[in-house]
Amino acid sequence: MSAGASAMEGVRETARTIPGTETLYWCVRRELWEHRAVYIGPVAAAGVFLFGFLIGLFRLPHQMREAIADPAKMKHFGQSYEFAAGAIMVVAMIVQIFYCMDALQGERRDRSILFWKSLPVSDLMTVLSKASIPFVILPVLSFGVVVVTGFVMLVMSSVVLALSGLSPGPLWTQLGLVQGAFGLLYHMVMVHILWYAPIYGWLLLISAWARRAALLWAVLPPLGIGVLERLVFGTSHFAMWVQYRFSAGMEAQAMPGTMPINPATQFTPGRFFETPGLWLGWMVTVVCFVLAVRIRRNREAN
Amino acid sequence: MACIEARGLRKAYGATVALDGVDLRVEEGRILGLIGPNGAGKTTALNAILGLTPYQGELKVLGLDPWAVRDQLMRDVCFISDVAVLPRWIQVSQALEYLQGVHPRFDRAKAEGFLAKTSIKNANKVKELSKGMVVQLHLALVMAIDARLLVLDEPTLGLDILYRKQFYDSLLNDYFDRSRTILMTTHQVEEIQDVLTDLMFIDRGRIVLSCSMEEFETRYTEVMMNPEKLEAARALKPMYERQVFARSVLLFDKVDRKLLDALGETRTPSIADLFVAVMKR
Repeated sequence: MSAGASAMEGVRETARTIPGTETLYWCVRRELWEHRAVYIGPVAAAGVFLFGFLIGLFRLPHQMREAIADPAKMKHFGQSYEFAAGAIMVVAMIVQIFYCMDALQGERRDRSILFWKSLPVSDLMTVLSKASIPFVILPVLSFGVVVVTGFVMLVMSSVVLALSGLSPGPLWTQLGLVQGAFGLLYHMVMVHILWYAPIYGWLLLISAWARRAALLWAVLPPLGIGVLERLVFGTSHFAMWVQYRFSAGMEAQAMPGTMPINPATQFTPGRFFETPGLWLGWMVTVVCFVLAVRIRRNREAN
Repeated sequence: MACIEARGLRKAYGATVALDGVDLRVEEGRILGLIGPNGAGKTTALNAILGLTPYQGELKVLGLDPWAVRDQLMRDVCFISDVAVLPRWIQVSQALEYLQGVHPRFDRAKAEGFLAKTSIKNANKVKELSKGMVVQLHLALVMAIDARLLVLDEPTLGLDILYRKQFYDSLLNDYFDRSRTILMTTHQVEEIQDVLTDLMFIDRGRIVLSCSMEEFETRYTEVMMNPEKLEAARALKPMYERQVFARSVLLFDKVDRKLLDALGETRTPSIADLFVAVMKR
């Protein structure tokens, strides 16, 4: 009411200053309001996995008795935890890709871009908040979901074992789940954030630029370049480079010295950071980011 | 200080010139109507003022260069447009929360006060609201911002008469005061004739008429002619002549009203009539 009264007298109250971090926080929350798949996706994947795991638990006492007889079988229990982590991460990646393609196109499609632009939020801040979803929010969130899921699995297994008169102790001490979690965290930062960065950058750029069919624009030009190179020069450097970008995490053995061979076991950050591909990728990411901000600045509704 | 000041404002899209050297000056506390046919450059002018499009020439809004510092300018400028729609997925409470979070001059309690007078609920999503209600919501959000300039681009397009009337009523009663400036465009000029303090016509990227409403009322006279005095009237060089029910209606610019009273029934023309006259010339 005071604002209204003072406006009547023509005296403007001095506005509070909003720090950039606070604006960023609200912009990220805004993204999560709009794109609920960002958290529903990984949580749903975990839910489905836990449901299946719960049903499979009836076999656990039998497996545990076998493992007690033959300790070599103990390590099989760890597989479901890796599988859970893998399933959740795959879902998170799919969400990431679809999010990136919609992030800067959606606001033009639903014609709300000018509403957002009528607020004191810069294009840099907007693109930053949207980039934070694939670069920070989803990795952190899916890591959290993986850890919680693993813990829930452990607790459920322990209850089942205890009810069958077996000790759940080996599950807690012999599977190395804590190391596994750290390995996963390492893998996420190295591969899913640092190594895949140019993929998200490229998708965000396409999302800012393409009027529609972001998926086609994201996929067809690289494909076209690969085909052209093959036809014109008879080589496939570009295709190799793209493939290397995607598969480096998995096929690192074929290219020694480029990626940690198995991030979960071999911690070699030094060598990883010496990889030129990593820095080249980040240069591409920065260029994509800057272009996305510039394009968004010029854009109106579709 | 002028709220908006433009000199030689130009903007071309390829070979199409949208703004062809526009000069304008809007003082604080005015309500300016920018009227023009489709494609005249209204929206381009507003977009330049709002920092949504780059331009050539000089433009200062509240002393700032809009294209360079749009985000800074938007602390003091609000904008409602038919093409700046609220996102369909957003909930009313989320919109309130977000604006409170990012806008230094947004007063949430005030917005909730405006919304309490409507049937819009906090839990509603925009996609559940009718078009009229969405505009009500947008207006409530914007009126809760203590801005210095409000830009309205066809704000009531597609609304029924009740919503349109209510829109201008709340704008004048609950929002406007002498420290604020409003710049609006609309095709429904008859609705804003009593609202405006200043009038500007734009055609093919140029300002073709600019006057205050007081000036408008003293300067322009419309005469429903006595048929036998038609020739005498034509000698006074009317700017436009039209037929209404087989009688001639002549529009004069800067001709003494006492002189015209002798020729027929005189009255102040509507903005629409003047607009047609200026555009046909």
